[in-house]
Amino acid sequence: MARRVRSLDEAETGDRLKIEKEDQTYVGKLMPTHRFSEEDIITLKLDSGYNIGVKYDEKTEVELLEKKDSVKEKEEEKLEIDEDKPTISILGTGGTIASYVEYKTGAVHPAQTAEDLLYSNPEIAERCDPQVEILFSKLSENFEPEDWVIIADRIIELFEEGAEGVVVSHGTDTMGYTAAALSFMLQGVDRPVVLVGSQRSSDRPSSDAHLNLLSAIEVAKSDRPGVFVVMHDSISDETCAVHSGTKVRKMHTSRRDAFESVNTEPLGQVDAIKGEVEFKNQEKSEDKNEELRRIGGIEKDVSLLYATPTLTEDDVKHAGKSEGVVIAGTGLGHMKTQLIPALQEIIDQGKPVVMTSQCIYGTVNGHVYSAGRELKEAGVIFAGDMLPETALVKLMWALTLEEDTEEVMKEDVVGEFSRRRVR
Amino acid sequence: MSESRDYDELGLKVGLEIHQQLDTEKLFCACPSDMVEKEGVEVLRDLRPTRSELGEVDEAALMEAQKGLKFRYQAPEESSCLVELDEEPPYGPDEEALDVGLTMALFMDADIVDEIQFMRKIVIDGSNTTGFQRTGLIALDGTLKVDGKEIGIPTMCLEEDAARSLEEKDGEKVFRLDRLGIPLVEIATDPDINEPEEAKEVAQKIGSLFRSTKKVKRGIGTIREDLNVSIEEGSRIEMKGVQELDMLPEYVEKEVDRQLKLLEIKETLKERGARVDKEVYDVTKQFEDCESGIIQGSLSEGNGVFAIKLQGFNGELRGEDGEPLLGPEMAEYAKKTGVQGIFHSDELPKFGITEKEIKGVEDKLDIEEQDAFALVTESEKRAEEALQRVIERAEKALKGVPEETRQAKPDGTSVFLRPLSGKARMYPETDIPPKPVDEKKIERLKEELPERPSKKIERYQEEFGLNEQQSEQLFKKAYDDLFENIVEKYGSPSVVANTFLHTYPDLEKEGHEVEKIGEKSLLEIFKRFEDGDFAKEGIPDLLKEVAQGKSVEEAVKASGLETVSEEDIREKVIKIVDERQDFVEEREMGAVGPLMGVLMKELKGKADGEKISEILREEIQKRI
Repeated sequence: MARRVRSLDEAETGDRLKIEKEDQTYVGKLMPTHRFSEEDIITLKLDSGYNIGVKYDEKTEVELLEKKDSVKEKEEEKLEIDEDKPTISILGTGGTIASYVEYKTGAVHPAQTAEDLLYSNPEIAERCDPQVEILFSKLSENFEPEDWVIIADRIIELFEEGAEGVVVSHGTDTMGYTAAALSFMLQGVDRPVVLVGSQRSSDRPSSDAHLNLLSAIEVAKSDRPGVFVVMHDSISDETCAVHSGTKVRKMHTSRRDAFESVNTEPLGQVDAIKGEVEFKNQEKSEDKNEELRRIGGIEKDVSLLYATPTLTEDDVKHAGKSEGVVIAGTGLGHMKTQLIPALQEIIDQGKPVVMTSQCIYGTVNGHVYSAGRELKEAGVIFAGDMLPETALVKLMWALTLEEDTEEVMKEDVVGEFSRRRVR
Repeated sequence: MSESRDYDELGLKVGLEIHQQLDTEKLFCACPSDMVEKEGVEVLRDLRPTRSELGEVDEAALMEAQKGLKFRYQAPEESSCLVELDEEPPYGPDEEALDVGLTMALFMDADIVDEIQFMRKIVIDGSNTTGFQRTGLIALDGTLKVDGKEIGIPTMCLEEDAARSLEEKDGEKVFRLDRLGIPLVEIATDPDINEPEEAKEVAQKIGSLFRSTKKVKRGIGTIREDLNVSIEEGSRIEMKGVQELDMLPEYVEKEVDRQLKLLEIKETLKERGARVDKEVYDVTKQFEDCESGIIQGSLSEGNGVFAIKLQGFNGELRGEDGEPLLGPEMAEYAKKTGVQGIFHSDELPKFGITEKEIKGVEDKLDIEEQDAFALVTESEKRAEEALQRVIERAEKALKGVPEETRQAKPDGTSVFLRPLSGKARMYPETDIPPKPVDEKKIERLKEELPERPSKKIERYQEEFGLNEQQSEQLFKKAYDDLFENIVEKYGSPSVVANTFLHTYPDLEKEGHEVEKIGEKSLLEIFKRFEDGDFAKEGIPDLLKEVAQGKSVEEAVKASGLETVSEEDIREKVIKIVDERQDFVEEREMGAVGPLMGVLMKELKGKADGEKISEILREEIQKRI
């Protein structure tokens, strides 16, 4: 069977090869090249299961021992679905919450189909009647503001189709932005909308995805209306926190409890193992008979300006070309006073300028120092303890409304402001 | 029976896998590789077996998951960080650790790979927070010469050590993360070892090469051996976690014993036409009045008693010599499902289970003379799971020796750990970029290659005038570095060698803790010895004091070895000479020899012989 192949280009991933170099012979299966390997390296999986990188040049002899196995069809696993259980829609948008590893190549595939997602988390079906749908499969860093609108519209349809709760699986990098956007756009939601992600991809035995997903489903089954983010509340696999969609921020690059409620406490806690969801406060009784609909849209052209000592007038002017500017100011909400005239120009064009703080924790206050007072006098809108990212999303949304933007920005629409902070 | 055994005829094949901890930073983070006696923060975790694209879950992985354990990790800050907690991606590998691995590869003339690619080896018994061990193949096809025989070294890997297991209770396994991530070099040999004793020799040789790099950890638990053992008629088993190198031959012998016994059992079962009935019987009723505490306790919790029939197994669960074998092996399988154990008919009546209940079970199961049965008291579901495992083990007994991964126990035997793992359990560690091994690095390591043990032993003979045995012993007992350090500074190689090879063992026999004698103290002792502060005869007494925690200064005082001044010596000499006035007058200078003997005894170790002799001559001269 063995035959010489003229070059490696003829070999395919999975083919069993014999590679002869001057002083060494290797036998193994050809694997996809590692992204960070040198150009003249091929990856070979030896019979021991180890991959190694083998350097090759024109003198390297390659012999094809065996063509790759034909790929076995994945066996479909039938899950028993109990239609008497609450109907929960699970909307996949991407990320690593549901993925599986292809051991032959080591590639990690995100769940492409509803079956994939259920297949890697069969316990979902024990807890609800899941309606899984993959809306798109995107890394969250690649999300566009339009995607928020698509998700919002689909959620509304799902509720209209009878969902009792909606879980949105999402990459974690920009999950906070999407949560804020949905919070502002979805009006009249009287059921839970729960965003969930994972910090350790689900192809790993230690993934946080499973607990997060089951916890999200438990919250989606509750009767608490609103847009939430549900993620680990510690680095143990015990309980998850329920965060408000406008007060949550990813505060760590890698920990599984990276999501925190900022300037407020989480709304509640989930023990998915026991199936218990506990909210700290009862939702204020409001008129719940609003019509379920999307209000407003998203104005893409808004800037977030980070006030650093290096910031120049040109930077400010450039930001001013957009329809509105959010500033992540220093301290209590400041920036260089010599740049205030440039801000004044933007405001004079009728464009809103909103001040938040890069401190993240705490509230801005324009009355304490002269810089603050000058900014206020110039017409800058001080956004209290709203997160810079939430303020950005809110401004993008507010600009599409008929109401006065400044009024909307100052109004507490869905709990984006805390009236008091205790720590 | 093992002395006279012909291992050649049995076709004994043994391979070793040696794991040596390196004394560098951790492999994939910047933590020190120290063990600490602190608990640190505690974290509770789950691990789930991952499914591959073909829907396969590894059998070994599944067995672990079935136990439904939770894992509690202690993460002391001194020796672990977010990487060990699986809360931050790894970086590395540690360059120093890599150098040690590559140095070992050069020692064994192995082929170093062009590019090291780290893999994730699935391990979900909790010993790795990630659920996998990171490991990279660094070299292939080396050889090792042991007593003229070539032992093949097919693979050499650089990998991370697992977390330290502390205890298992209440469905929870407790680990400490100080050990997780310590670099290990793993060296596997081919199954070229054919005698139990040879296993030890090969391990010793590899260990001595490791030590010569001077970058490895020392002491219990820092080097661990896994064994592959098979005999021709038996099967390959992998034995994990041998810590005592001296016991390697015993593990091999006892494993051969076990396999031979299982083969005997197989023959007996075959003759009897033994078979395993897969039905699980509910025999709770038969135990209603049973007085056994275990049974009563279980029944009061609402559990039942369940049984299976083992046709033709009577007497084989416990061997003729009364040594338990198949019964306990079945119990080990059953325990993997979380039950406490099983009862089997060969060990009954016992544990409060009487003939009455036995009769009841026998009637219910239709047990005939050659049949046996096994019992489990648990809830129906768990009993069923446990008994299925017993059935599985019984079926394997019909075929002989099952392929298994076993855990070494301190007494030289081993217990079933899991089925031999398949090979599909590795996939690339994508968080660590591939590590090219360039020519320059290899050239540098070749230049810096440490002296091989055999070269060192030769050099000691030439350079220091030691004999071969002394040279070898210094190395084997790992005193070589210390020896050279002292001799380089203060000379006296044979005194220093004797101190380590004779004085130390003597002191140990007397119960002194010589490991408490630090390098600094030793250097000071030999400096003062060189200065002539005391004679070599004084060294053992000094060491005793230092071993008890005294400083060298204090030890010198305590053992009465303070320097005796010239006046003191003269005083003593005058006294002795005066007392023996007649003798001196008679013998004149001929009295020096005998009087020297008297003086040396009196001044033992406290003064230099030459000095005493000089003064003695002067004083005698004055009197004649």
